[in-house]
Amino acid sequence: MLKAKRKQVEQAADLRLQSQIGEQERFRDQLRRMARENKTAVVSFFVIVILMLAAILAPLLTPYEENEMDLLHRLQPPSAEHLLGTDEGGRDVLTRLLFGARVSLLIGVAPALLSLILGALLGAAAGYRGGMTDTVIMRIADVTLAFPSMLLAMVIMYSLGGGIFNVFLTLTLVNWANVARIVRSQTLKLRSDEFVEAARVTGVPDRTILRRHILPNCLPTLLVLFTLNIPAAILTESSLSFLGLGIQPPNASWGLMINTGRQYLYNAPWLCFAPGAAIMLIVLSFNFLGNGLLDVLDPRMKKQ
Amino acid sequence: MSGYLLEARNVTKLFPAAGKKKVHAVSDVSLQIREGETLGLVGESGCGKSTLGRLLIRLLAPTSGEVRFRGENITALKDSDFRRIRKEMQLVFQDPYASLDPRMTVRDLVAEPIETWRLCGSREEVTDRVRELLRAVNVPEEFLYRYPHQFSGGQRQRIGIARAIAADPSFIVCDEPVSALDVSVQNQILNLLRDLKTSRKLTYLFISHDLSVVRYLADRVCIMFLGKICEIGDTEEIYTRPRHPYTRFLLDAVPVPDPSVRGKEIRLLKGEPPSPADPPTGCRFRTRCPRATEKCAASEPELRYIGGVQAACYYAEEGPA
Ligand SMILES: Nc1ncnc2c1ncn2[C@@H]1O[C@H](COP(=O)(O)OP(=O)(O)OP(=O)(O)O)[C@@H](O)[C@H]1O
Ligand code: SF4
Ligand SMILES: [Mg+2]
Repeated sequence: MLKAKRKQVEQAADLRLQSQIGEQERFRDQLRRMARENKTAVVSFFVIVILMLAAILAPLLTPYEENEMDLLHRLQPPSAEHLLGTDEGGRDVLTRLLFGARVSLLIGVAPALLSLILGALLGAAAGYRGGMTDTVIMRIADVTLAFPSMLLAMVIMYSLGGGIFNVFLTLTLVNWANVARIVRSQTLKLRSDEFVEAARVTGVPDRTILRRHILPNCLPTLLVLFTLNIPAAILTESSLSFLGLGIQPPNASWGLMINTGRQYLYNAPWLCFAPGAAIMLIVLSFNFLGNGLLDVLDPRMKKQ
Repeated sequence: MSGYLLEARNVTKLFPAAGKKKVHAVSDVSLQIREGETLGLVGESGCGKSTLGRLLIRLLAPTSGEVRFRGENITALKDSDFRRIRKEMQLVFQDPYASLDPRMTVRDLVAEPIETWRLCGSREEVTDRVRELLRAVNVPEEFLYRYPHQFSGGQRQRIGIARAIAADPSFIVCDEPVSALDVSVQNQILNLLRDLKTSRKLTYLFISHDLSVVRYLADRVCIMFLGKICEIGDTEEIYTRPRHPYTRFLLDAVPVPDPSVRGKEIRLLKGEPPSPADPPTGCRFRTRCPRATEKCAASEPELRYIGGVQAACYYAEEGPA
């Protein structure tokens, strides 16, 4: 995720905690209002849902198999039989795009979720315990954040080797630090809040306080982070696959499709354009939705 | 056995402040609280009342000194050994808006102590117990599944009190429990606290900056200035015959309903309050004390008995300046 965006999330989250800790129950109502007012976010939401459905229902939507070769019909331009043409192996591009959506979406959602969980737990532990725990966790996070995320991902993928599991792992390792930082600063504030003190004086154990009082109050922030981490993960995976460091053939991911299509850019440009447009569509949709949620999070927007 | 429920011995709490400075939030405070009494704690904003209250129930650890509960030094205990005493001590907060988790229902809020200490078996038993507690603090039972933001300040404070008494503590620190509330509900809450005290055999440390409230509730009163005790003793005795110049000032400054007399209150104290990060030498009150002499600047007066009341002033016997 971009530094500027992270700052924005951090600020909005802080303001939210300061201004309306007694009113957070209303997040749901605010979401409803966003749904009414922010058309871009709503459209994006539906685009995402449709893409997800398409990915899940891929085998039902196309008559071809994912890896079905047809060497007689290589590099055919879009036609009625092959809406998006065929590739160098005569495989239907639309079919591969739909199956690739499974990988790309999975790769967006799974590491975003994993890094969210890892980052939230570590960030909350750092903020709540302080001292050595805090120092160690945050030093590691700072080091992680000091590298450009693409570079870091390349280094990790290079040393681990390709494959979908390693992509998950890499994207999680790249993204958790963002989440940890923001959750830590939220936890620091929440920890000194009276309702947390009230739990402590009641004798509630630390772990339960984190689980019951601190993390639930970070949920709106986590939702925003989740939505914004997904496109970041998709982009990183696409770049990795494009560089040959990510998903390995014959599996299709959108980044990988661009990578192989690149060689035929002049005679079969659809091989690159189709997956490129798909990546743009999904990344933009998630970003628009994330920005909409960010507005909801930021109490300054509530006034209007 | 000391015979006191709670005792502070030379308790000091320093907070790190800007630069290398330390805020002397509480300095060398010793006091005793008897079982069943209410000790009022009075002083201006920032003098360390909340800090002292939190030190007594081990929400904060003292920088030096010790706190004893039923004669046992709880400052020295490990966290795991302290747990059995945790249940005995509770806190009622000043701000009923901030002290209830906004995401929990009343049922879960009040059930939290019961579940934490496993005082009831099944879920139904816990809920029954919660109902009982809500009845005890006069919150209608049908509100069981509402959220804090659906209540008024007074009702929220009642819920906070229900939480505080849920695990049957013996000692409760009430940290300005009514100062955030409308005047109209302040009395109801004060009466509730007083009734609970008798029915549940509680002991209170009652923090307030409102002297009339303290007079109404407290058996003894402790006046603080800048982290130190100025005067401590029987409430009526201190209210009728204050020994310390600061106590005298506070009593004179109690807001007068008659507008023609108002305004006098401020005239009495000169200058800004000194900073707790940089307290004056000698008596801490001397920069604002109408009686201050060189002796006051040279050394700090100790608390000493003057006719049953303890005061920390060299001229405590001599009456108003
Ligand atoms: N956690 C903390 N860190 C640093 N300084 C603190 C902390 N808590 C309190 N202080 C400082 O200690 C001093 C005493 O604060 P405390 O809250 O005990 O005062 P108080 O008498 O309760 O005031 P009030 O009537 O405003 O509640 C203040 O100067 C305050 O700024
Ligand atoms: S010791 Fe001196 S300065 Fe302090 S209160 Fe008494 S008279 Fe005032
Ligand atoms: Mg206070």
